[in-house]
Amino acid sequence: MNTTNHTTKTNPASPLPGDHQGTTLFEKIWNAHIVSAVPDGPTQLYIDRMYCHEVTSPQAFEGLRRRGLRVFRPERITCMPDHNIPTLHQEQPIGDPVSRHQVETLDRNAREFGLPYFPMLHEKNGIIHVVGPEQGLSLPGMTMVCGDSHTSTHGAMGAVAFGIGTSEVEMVLATQCVFQSRPKTMRITIDGTLGEGVTPKDVALYIISHMTTGGATGYFVEYAGEVIRHMSMEGRLTVCNLSIEMGARGGMIAPDDVTFAYLRNREYAPKGEAWDKAVAYWRTLRTDDNAAFDREVTLRGEDIQPMITYGTNPGMGMPIDGRIPALDEVPEAGRASFVKSLDYMGFRPGEQLLGKPVDYVFLGSCTNGRIEDFRAFASYVKGKRKAPHVTAWLVPGSWSVERQIRAEGLDRVLHEAGFELRQPGCSACLAMNDDKVPAGKYAVSTSNRNFEGRQGPGARTLLASPLVAAAAAVTGRITDPREGMSHTEYTDKTE
Amino acid sequence: MDKFITLTSTVVPLPIENVDTDQIIPARFLKATDKAGFGDNLFADWRYDAEGRPKPDFVLNNPAYHGSILVAGKNFGSGSSREHAAWALAGHGFRAVVSSFFADIFRHNAMNNFVLPVVVPEAFLADVFRSVEADPAVTLTIDLPAQTVINNATGRSEAFDINPYKKECFLQGLDDIDYLLAHKEQIEEYERRAAQSH
Repeated sequence: MNTTNHTTKTNPASPLPGDHQGTTLFEKIWNAHIVSAVPDGPTQLYIDRMYCHEVTSPQAFEGLRRRGLRVFRPERITCMPDHNIPTLHQEQPIGDPVSRHQVETLDRNAREFGLPYFPMLHEKNGIIHVVGPEQGLSLPGMTMVCGDSHTSTHGAMGAVAFGIGTSEVEMVLATQCVFQSRPKTMRITIDGTLGEGVTPKDVALYIISHMTTGGATGYFVEYAGEVIRHMSMEGRLTVCNLSIEMGARGGMIAPDDVTFAYLRNREYAPKGEAWDKAVAYWRTLRTDDNAAFDREVTLRGEDIQPMITYGTNPGMGMPIDGRIPALDEVPEAGRASFVKSLDYMGFRPGEQLLGKPVDYVFLGSCTNGRIEDFRAFASYVKGKRKAPHVTAWLVPGSWSVERQIRAEGLDRVLHEAGFELRQPGCSACLAMNDDKVPAGKYAVSTSNRNFEGRQGPGARTLLASPLVAAAAAVTGRITDPREGMSHTEYTDKTE
Repeated sequence: MDKFITLTSTVVPLPIENVDTDQIIPARFLKATDKAGFGDNLFADWRYDAEGRPKPDFVLNNPAYHGSILVAGKNFGSGSSREHAAWALAGHGFRAVVSSFFADIFRHNAMNNFVLPVVVPEAFLADVFRSVEADPAVTLTIDLPAQTVINNATGRSEAFDINPYKKECFLQGLDDIDYLLAHKEQIEEYERRAAQSH
C-alpha cells in the first residue's frame, strides 16, 4: 500500500517531538489510492468501483466511442437502471418513450462495453445505493464513485465514496481514475443515546439543520460517537446518504463488527480465507487517536427529536413539534430566500406544522428504502388504517428488499392497513417516472430532497423518517409518531 | 474546446442563495442521451409557467438582462451531481458564474465544461448586485491570467483562486481525459503496487 502521508496540518495537541502525527480514516483510504499528484493540481485518485445508472452515463459512453476507447477495467464497473423505471408493471415496456430510450441506451452500453449489468426485473436490480451494499459490492477501504450525489451512502461501509459528474464518469470508464482536489476533514461525533421514535433519518436531518445545507461543503465527514457505534448498518447507510445534503463531498463511518456481520456471506463479499484476510485489513481502517481533523463537531443524541423539514432545502428542518423560525430569527442575507421558500411551501414564519393535512406519503429511495425502513413503517401502521384521502407510495429500494418484505410477512401487515407495495426504483424521490406529486400537494417523504419541484412541478415535500411518514399516512396529518407507537416494537437496532 | 482567457460581458443577476441543480435543470429534462439542447430548459420551472409561457418576473425573461456571466447568491449548484446543470448553463451561453460559494460537485462539472466558477467575497457580490440593479448595462471583466474580476461600474477589483492545473486547462482548452490517457502506464504501475500490498 502507498503509505505516503500527504497531511500538512499541524495537530495542536501533538505529543512529544518526533512523534508521528496520526492519520484519519479518510486519509488512510485516500492516500492508499493516490496514483499521482498533478504538479500544482488535483490528485489523480484510483477508483476501486464505479456504479452507472441510465441518467448520467449515456454521454460518457458516447465520449468513449468518439475517442475510440474501450472500458479500461470492466470488472470494476457495475451498471443498473434505477431513476426512470416504473414502479408498476415493469414487465411491460416503459410507457414514456424518452425514459424507455434512456434505459435501453444503458442496456446497449453495458452489453457493448462488456460490463456487469443488473437490468430491470433482474433479481439484483434496485437503487444503486441500496444494491451496492446489500450485494457486498461496496466494501471497507474502497474508493467508489457514481454519477450520483448520493454515492456518499457507501461511505457507511468504511469507504471513500462520492458523487461525480458525467465527464468524470467518462474519465473512470477510460482510465479508472478521477481528478479530485483533496477535501478537508471533519468529524461529527454524536454521543449519548437516542430517545424513543428517533431514527437514523432524524439524526441526519438534525445534523443537516445544525450544519445548514452548504455548511460542510469542501469537507469529507467521518461520523463517530456512541450513537453511530450503536446504529445498525442500514441506519449508518441512511446517515451517510444524507452527507451531500449539507454539501459534504462524502461521509464515512469506521468499519467495525456491525459492518463485518452485515457483509459476511453477501454475494460479492470475499469468502473463506480471503474473508479473514480482508477483515484483518479492515480492522486497521480507523482514525488514529492522535489524528487531527480540520473541523470537529460534537452533538448529543438526547437533543435529537423526530424531525421534519418545512422549507425547500434539507437544512430547513426542525423537531416535529417545533415552530418554523420567525422572520427576525433568520439572518438578513438569507431572508429573501427564506421567504421565497415558505411562499412555495404555503407556510408562514413562526407557525407549527403539527396537525397540517397531508396528501401524499412516500416510503422509499436510497435514503429509506431498506428492510429496516419497511419494518419501522409496518410496525407503526400494524392494526391501523391508512387515512382515506392520503395517496401512499411504498417503494422497496431493491428486489432483494422486496423479497425480504414478503418473507417477513410485512406485505400482509401493510395490506391489512390499506397499503400496497410497488416495484423497486428511485420513484417519487425525483419523479423521473410516473410517480409525481401534483402541484400544490403536500407529501411527507422519506427521501432526501425537498427542493422546489423535486417530486413533480409545484409539489411540496416534507422530509421525514419512515415513522413520521407512517404516522402521517394513518392520521392524514403531520403527527408526532411517539403518540401512536406505544404498542409498537420499533427499534433502530434490529440487526 | 474554446480557450478562456479574458471575458468582458454584461451579467445576469440571480440574487438567490442555495440555487440547487434541480432548479438549474429539473429532473424531467434529464432524459436526453446527448449534451445538446439543455440550454432551452435552463431554470425551466422559474422561467416558464405550467403552459410553457415565459414568466415575466424571472430574470432570464427580462430583456434588460443578458450576457455570458451569471452572478448568483451563495452556495450555487447544491444538490444533485447532474452535469446537465453545467450543460444547460453552457448551452444558454454562460461562460462564467460568479458567486461567493459553490457546491463541490457542481464546481467540478462546470470546470469540466469550460464554464468558469469565480468565487468572490460576499461584499464584492453585493457590490455587483447593486451596480446591476442600478444599471443593467454594467459589465464585469474576468481576467483569467491575472486571476481578477473587475466590476467596471465601480472599478472594484477582486482576486480569485483557481488551481494552476485547471487554469492551464482553461487557457489551453484541454480536458482531464487527454491528460489521464497520456499517463496510462502510471495507472498500471499503481495497480501492480496495490495488488501486492493486500
